[in-house]
Amino acid sequence: MIMLSPAERPSALRIPLFADRCAAGFPSPAQDYVEAELDLNELCITRRAATFFVRASGSSMEELGLYDGDVMIVDRAEQAAQGDIVIAEVSGEFTVKRLQLHPQVALLPMNPAYPVIYPEELQLLGVVTWFFHSTRARR
Amino acid sequence: MFGLADVNTFYASCEALFRPDLRGKPVVVLSNNDGCVIARSQAAKALGIKMGVPWFQIKTQDFPAKVHVFSSNYALYHSLSQRVMSALEEMTPKVEQYSIDEMFLNLTGIDGCEDFEHFGRRLRAHVLATTGLTIGVGSGPSKTLAKSAQWASKEWPQFKGVLALTSDNPKRTEALLMRQPVEEIWGVGRRIGKKLNLLGITNALELARTHPAFIRKNFSVVLERTVRELNGESCIPLEEMPPTKQQIVCSRSFGSRITTKLAMQQALCQYATRAAEKLRGERQYCRHISVFVRTSPHTAGETFYSNTAGEKLTLPTQDTRDIIGVAMRALDRIWLDGHRYMKAGIMLGDFTPYGVSQLNLFDEDRPRKNSAKLMKVLDGINQSGLGSVWFAGQGIDTEWKMKRDMLSPAWTTRWSDIPVARVI
Repeated sequence: MIMLSPAERPSALRIPLFADRCAAGFPSPAQDYVEAELDLNELCITRRAATFFVRASGSSMEELGLYDGDVMIVDRAEQAAQGDIVIAEVSGEFTVKRLQLHPQVALLPMNPAYPVIYPEELQLLGVVTWFFHSTRARR
Repeated sequence: MFGLADVNTFYASCEALFRPDLRGKPVVVLSNNDGCVIARSQAAKALGIKMGVPWFQIKTQDFPAKVHVFSSNYALYHSLSQRVMSALEEMTPKVEQYSIDEMFLNLTGIDGCEDFEHFGRRLRAHVLATTGLTIGVGSGPSKTLAKSAQWASKEWPQFKGVLALTSDNPKRTEALLMRQPVEEIWGVGRRIGKKLNLLGITNALELARTHPAFIRKNFSVVLERTVRELNGESCIPLEEMPPTKQQIVCSRSFGSRITTKLAMQQALCQYATRAAEKLRGERQYCRHISVFVRTSPHTAGETFYSNTAGEKLTLPTQDTRDIIGVAMRALDRIWLDGHRYMKAGIMLGDFTPYGVSQLNLFDEDRPRKNSAKLMKVLDGINQSGLGSVWFAGQGIDTEWKMKRDMLSPAWTTRWSDIPVARVI
């Protein structure tokens, strides 16, 4: 004769229910490599608060590739160095010049038809760090 | 230790920044609708042009030099103000923008490496190099003293725009406070100044030496706080996070008088749209909307009429369509034919950060579907500068638009307006 005794009641095992749905299919291999798109400001503008845009006008400056209507990026806070392209205040208007610091301070014209200026006091709007134009407008 | 940086003759300097031909020349800026003078360059002050003078009065006057006049160009001032603020933030850790051209700075600990005036001069050079605008810097152990220092630095040219009142030099602080008229103190003003004068308190030092309890009894706790601050006890902390606005008002005087209801509806539509944009910018919902209209109280032979009407909403909203709707209903109640209206405006109040409140079973106005999405798109388009979308109710050709006959270009905020440099 076999005596049957009730089995000890096992304690309930709580299994967590994952309510998250699984995406069917393969995960995108690129998902872990999300990066922000490139931003032109990052490349051209280091000091936002000191940067202004200025439009070039007048006889084009072929050797530099700067044309009438180009947009120049001007940084006010940039230390102007020998040979920099700068926006200078000359007789009450802005002009684009190349800066010479030594042997003496001079603003070199972009066009041989104009004279070199030896300013008593150098008044700069800033240094031209970049300029750009549409290639189609040049065709 | 607090600092206060402010831009010298801010509006006039902004106007001259991209106009090299205006360096050192008399420049004045006019209020909305080209009404009266609200800013003057140093040279304009020297000609004796006073603050608040109506434009039509100086138009006919003969001055020894040409006066260059500009309508107020707030797009330009705001853009340059932002640049000044960023430049200041680059050198000081904690700042609080106080107005379009003033900023409080926390200078605690600066004196560990250099004295306050030396730092002020460096700050001044940095802002000038960055923006082309000149600031003055006053500093002191309380905001009120920093303000007084800034006032003194303007009054006496020998300080070259930088002055620090420090607790280790009380003699100098007293000498300067003795020269500051009481109405020039931050937070006092002309009305309270007159009352103080009657009590024989005429300068800042005399006010500083008045018993705080006496001031509280006869004036207010606010003025008592000023007395404590003048004695170097800081009672007004730096607010790095500006408090949320409690109301938004959009109102203007019209360029020419409005006589038709349609024109008034268009104007109010415009203000409602602007106010709603501001409200969404604050990330708030409003529960109260009111409009007002008024005629000129000074025109001979016309009866003065001014009235206001508003509604309390059951559902908080930030949707331009709701705000325009209420504004139009309110106008219907107060509009009277036959008047020549000079000014109108809209006020949004009773704000809440949440758009949903308990709905009533019988309420007719349910929240609009997708309202937030639509408004986001609208703001996105209008703030992108690529174009604008507006409500038909605002009209297209608006006769009542602001007079801005002498507006300068938006040098820094519109591609078509950027300065030009000649390549020669």
